[in-house]
Amino acid sequence: MLRFILQKLALIVPTIIGITIASFAFIRLLPGDPILAMAGQHGVTPARYEILKEQFGYNLPIWQQYFNYVAGVLHGNFGVSLATKRPVIDEFMTLFPATVELALFAMLIAVALGIPAGIFAAIKRGSWFDQITMGVALTGYSMPIFWWGLLLIIFFSGYLGWTPVSGRIALNFFFPRVTGFMLIDSLIAGNPAAFVSALRHLILPAIVLGTIPLAVIARQTRSAMLEVLGEDYVRTARAKGLEPGRVVGVHAFRNALIPVVTTIGLQVGLLMGGAILTETIFSWPGIGKWMIDSISKRDYVSVQSGLLLIGLIVMGVNLLVDILYAVINPRIRVQ
Amino acid sequence: MHLMKTLLAATALVAVMGGSVYAKQLVFCSEASPAHFDPGPTTGGNDFDASSRTIYDRLVEFEHGGTAVIPGLAEKWEVSADGLEYTFHLRPGVKFHTTSYFTPTRDLNADDVIFSFERQWKQDNPWFAYLEGLSWDYFQGMDMPKFLKSIDKVDDLTVKFTLTEPNAPMIANLGMDFASIVSKEYADQLAASGNLADFANKPIGTGAFTFVDYQTDAVIRYAAFPDYWRGKVAIDDLIFAITTDPAVRAQKLKAGECDIMSYPAPADIDGLKADTNLQVLEQEGLNIGYMSYNTTVAPMDDVNVRKALSMAINKTAIVDAVYQGAGQVAKNLIPPTMWSYDNDIQDTPYDPEGAKKLLADAGVTGLTLDLWAMPVSRPYNPNAQRVAELIQADWAAVGVTANIVTYEWTEYRERGKQKDRPGAFQIGWTGDNGDPDNFFATLFSCSAIGVSNYSSWCNPDFEAAIQDAKKVSDQAARTALYTKAQEIFKAEEPAMTIAHSKVFMPMNKRVVGYTMDPLGIHRFDNVDVTE
Repeated sequence: MLRFILQKLALIVPTIIGITIASFAFIRLLPGDPILAMAGQHGVTPARYEILKEQFGYNLPIWQQYFNYVAGVLHGNFGVSLATKRPVIDEFMTLFPATVELALFAMLIAVALGIPAGIFAAIKRGSWFDQITMGVALTGYSMPIFWWGLLLIIFFSGYLGWTPVSGRIALNFFFPRVTGFMLIDSLIAGNPAAFVSALRHLILPAIVLGTIPLAVIARQTRSAMLEVLGEDYVRTARAKGLEPGRVVGVHAFRNALIPVVTTIGLQVGLLMGGAILTETIFSWPGIGKWMIDSISKRDYVSVQSGLLLIGLIVMGVNLLVDILYAVINPRIRVQ
Repeated sequence: MHLMKTLLAATALVAVMGGSVYAKQLVFCSEASPAHFDPGPTTGGNDFDASSRTIYDRLVEFEHGGTAVIPGLAEKWEVSADGLEYTFHLRPGVKFHTTSYFTPTRDLNADDVIFSFERQWKQDNPWFAYLEGLSWDYFQGMDMPKFLKSIDKVDDLTVKFTLTEPNAPMIANLGMDFASIVSKEYADQLAASGNLADFANKPIGTGAFTFVDYQTDAVIRYAAFPDYWRGKVAIDDLIFAITTDPAVRAQKLKAGECDIMSYPAPADIDGLKADTNLQVLEQEGLNIGYMSYNTTVAPMDDVNVRKALSMAINKTAIVDAVYQGAGQVAKNLIPPTMWSYDNDIQDTPYDPEGAKKLLADAGVTGLTLDLWAMPVSRPYNPNAQRVAELIQADWAAVGVTANIVTYEWTEYRERGKQKDRPGAFQIGWTGDNGDPDNFFATLFSCSAIGVSNYSSWCNPDFEAAIQDAKKVSDQAARTALYTKAQEIFKAEEPAMTIAHSKVFMPMNKRVVGYTMDPLGIHRFDNVDVTE
């Protein structure tokens, strides 16, 4: 097992190097200029532009800029945001808990609904339940997130008044940040009403963010179950006279779970990278929204280091999934 | 131990908040996160709303709802006869904020004023580069280093600014956000403890509100400053709920999650007006949307060709279609609410037949040119792409073919200011300080070529008028010079003025006393809420 983990870790190194090159190049390949973006409507004179370019080190050859960046990262220095002048790592750590909280809650909804829906659809293959579930899943998968989010806000928050429109917690609750997770911090502050408020604020964005993973998980579970239900050992189990619940729940589901866990892991990895549209619609102060703001400001430092940090986290989650996968399915370890 | 401390602080805070349940609270749904809270180096309106217009004051201020300059931290000032010396007399007894992180030991004095400018000006000042990658863009953009010779302390409450040459807009410049007065005592304290970055993140000013807390990208909290020199403001707590999407801001306003919002989407305005709980204030914006011809590139170096191109365009149709009742046709570069606006100017008429004739007389046939459309929506031009399409159709009717071109926003401006840029370039301007110089000289002076003079237009008579207007301080004399400048501008048509837009501010009916500001800033020091 240790060897398996070490092998996976060794693969991560070239990936990280790849990410540093890609993130460094990506923001520079976009048209636009960080100095002009900062200057506002007055613009800058050509002479001053040169001074600022030198000040930021953008006059250096591109390879040297890259090596300075990598050298900084290796020393744990991710640079200072061009826009806010704060260390990028501080900004990231401030915003990351919001993204995690939303992503986990969204995945909770997706898993709690997606897996049972997939299982029932598989068992009742071809039934009206199957057809409706898969139809809804396809619709969910194809839904334009921005439109879907606004629709839910207008209906549930605007028309019915059941949920708050946006934000993480009602503004009259104000307690200091300890973990950055609103649900946990409200409990630490000993304020149950704040906890309820934070939970209410999570519902709509989590539904919106969970929609696509829910659809993917439901479809994946259904097809994995269908495949397993056709296997000989399931037929044998049935022939032995085992009760149907046990056949599906133990013999079939455990085996069908393997591809589903991979799917869930990949989805969690993706969501950890920040949910750009959902965070923007719901004014959710997470890293997806932060990345978009940084790109629009041509904040080279925030974008290149932010992408690297996101990449590291996605890889970390994927590594965990690989390990989990090996635990569930011992054959993987042998291979 | 750290956790324990935090828990104790939490308990204390909850207790404090518990005690202020009945406080008057105003929630502003703002459009973007501030970069930080030091108004000196920032450039965005959202930065200024969150710092200079809440936390800080300036030597002089713009009156509420207007651009007239009124006393601020300086109760009065004198200008020497030669226009080179400005002496400001500071208001005695002005207090800086007392917060959990700073307790002032003295009132505002001349040292604070000198420090506020020298940190932006003198490279040897330790605060000149107190944050990595800092640049003082407005101080530079307003040409302060060129005009300032020295700033001297006459006594504790008297400061003298000496200029290198007369500069009438100087007083208006000092009312701008970058000229906010900061605390030297606080700066010294931070320098001693080595926490320089706190200056931008834990601000201390003399303004109506003290800074309480900022949750990045989410919420900014302020409390009324009890010792504010104008007296404590009516509301107790001011909260900025940062909400980037305008449709979501509108929903939050309707749902009562905020009391007032900035920049509604044009499509939402009717719905907001129809809501019986809301009121929508509106005002002419201090702005101009225009289209610059490059006057150095043939055939647009010929004034008759420029005239013809403008005459072919139906501006009224553009304003109706694109601004949708939120704009008016512009005949001058400056908006009608600004002093020195010349209402006698006759706009270039909409006359396609006349345009054809002018083009034929100039020997121009089969003209093809680039028509630039901004990639972003701005208050002065909500949809440049649509404007470009309408102009394209109008020009086609007189035999001119337009290719619409666009680029990413900073790239767009960068390419636009190239001296040999071909074609007609849509752009605009929002006033900084209410002085006509801020439009005429910033946009069309000879020295702005390659910076913000997108017409590459340098007309000696126009230049003489606007430069002379800078040197005299008598407003009637300046008005005469700017009137002349407007006549030359219209006769020479270096750009086609398109529209001045309106700005809307929707709010709950319980908000009283809010005044719209022509400079586009959002101020809450005169606002109250009824229960």
